[in-house]
Amino acid sequence: MSTPFYVSPQQAMADRAEYARKGIARGRSLVVLQYADGIVFVGENPSRALHKFSEIYDRIGFAAAGKYNEYENLRIGGVRYADLRGYTYDRDDVTARGLANVYAQTLGTIFSSVGEKPYEVELVVAEVGETAEGDQIYRLPHDGSIVDEHGSVAVGGNAEQISGYLDQRHRDGMTLAEALKLAVQSLSRDTNGSEREIPAERLEVAVLDRTRPQKRKFKRIGGRQLSRLLEAGGAETASEAEADSGGDVE
Amino acid sequence: MEANTRSTGRLPAAFLTPGSSSFMDFLSEHQPELLPGKRSLPPVKGVIEAPHGTTIVAVTFPGGVVLAGDRRATMGNVIAQRDIEKVFPADEYSAVGIAGTAGLAVEMVKLFQLELEHFEKVEGAQLSLEGKANRLSTMIRSNLGMAMQGLAVVPLFAGYDVDREKGRIFSYDVTGGRSEEHGYAATGSGSIFARGAMKKLFRDDLSEAEATTLVVQALYDAADDDSATGGPDVARRIYPIVTVITDDGFRRLTEDEASVIARSVLERRLEQPDGPRASLL
Repeated sequence: MSTPFYVSPQQAMADRAEYARKGIARGRSLVVLQYADGIVFVGENPSRALHKFSEIYDRIGFAAAGKYNEYENLRIGGVRYADLRGYTYDRDDVTARGLANVYAQTLGTIFSSVGEKPYEVELVVAEVGETAEGDQIYRLPHDGSIVDEHGSVAVGGNAEQISGYLDQRHRDGMTLAEALKLAVQSLSRDTNGSEREIPAERLEVAVLDRTRPQKRKFKRIGGRQLSRLLEAGGAETASEAEADSGGDVE
Repeated sequence: MEANTRSTGRLPAAFLTPGSSSFMDFLSEHQPELLPGKRSLPPVKGVIEAPHGTTIVAVTFPGGVVLAGDRRATMGNVIAQRDIEKVFPADEYSAVGIAGTAGLAVEMVKLFQLELEHFEKVEGAQLSLEGKANRLSTMIRSNLGMAMQGLAVVPLFAGYDVDREKGRIFSYDVTGGRSEEHGYAATGSGSIFARGAMKKLFRDDLSEAEATTLVVQALYDAADDDSATGGPDVARRIYPIVTVITDDGFRRLTEDEASVIARSVLERRLEQPDGPRASLL
């Protein structure tokens, strides 16, 4: 057996954080934005089968950047947690705050336990409220901390630059088409500042729409509906965008 | 590590173990005491008095299926509840109506709904209609111990099969035996009378509106001859619950829509108490 070298706790933690951050940075970024009728998730995802966004519960959505098998595991854990809680108590007793806490504890414990490799994931847990004031968005970095976000949030490789871009341009009460356009613009900016085109079929888009009559507010947007929304956002006529986003909530 | 998972507040290992997409499987591993079938029964003598739900009927029509139920729950000779709801959406394309011990049945439906939703969320796709019907079979079977003490739950399951593009009905017995019904089906104490009525009135080419009228006629006949089945209560504005499932998904008729059908049936019965007559040959 070799004699272990002394590594200071600071150094050990810094190494683990560095490892996790590098893993997350390899994946493509994704953004989560508030708009007038809810919360929209937008990301670049060439795969149709492996989703970055998914439904956890009635009003709660999940987004993740990083290593697929790790965040998939956490996603299923979250679905199990939410369903069990809703079954034991009531559907109203399942909250994003509770779920974010459990995720934070889980990520935190894994991050600081020497026996385990830190998870290379960054999560967003969002809950759509009855009104825009009731919306909640939590960002959960790899180390188990929770950041309470408002308006817009970006996670993944290029997150800092994208969130800077979004912070300047995002405002409350945007229509879905406007928010979507802003999200796509922010994602298509490369690290070196140049812009590239992201085709609609490489986009993964989902919404938590508070105007949906069903209990379950999560909905994926794709195909014709997505191209229609992207065009409406491009036309930049507020009234058209309004009519369009109003039309597809049926 | 896993020994002290509870103290750290992190998700217990069972939550993060990849495996089954079934919520019931997860429960049976993680918290089996929450599963209705896993509870041990104290020995009881005689029959346990508990509210019982009664008649549920279903009819298919080209493009969908209608599932409806009366509103009465009885306990012995007492009417336990006048406005009980016994027809529930199971998911977007299916519904379940329950006859038997109301308390257990409602719990079973709650778990069944969750089972379907859980699968859908984890897998990202819906179960096939047959798959859903089989899950319900398993749940009824796990209630066999209770059923033998007189607390049976016998549901009727109806749904729109998106692959075959038609409405389908599945009926069950207390042991979980499942059989697909063609055209129409009924369960519960008034089912004999309801089935008789539907047998004479059913046709292959019913419209959605005719199918909804047919189920209300059948429930009326059940209430006519079975004391445990409630007829439309005009004074209290309590009408049968009528649900329709088509390729647009599940829809429950509003109280107004249900009242219009129930009143028109009632109106005709004032002149012809036994309802519409079928021809002899």
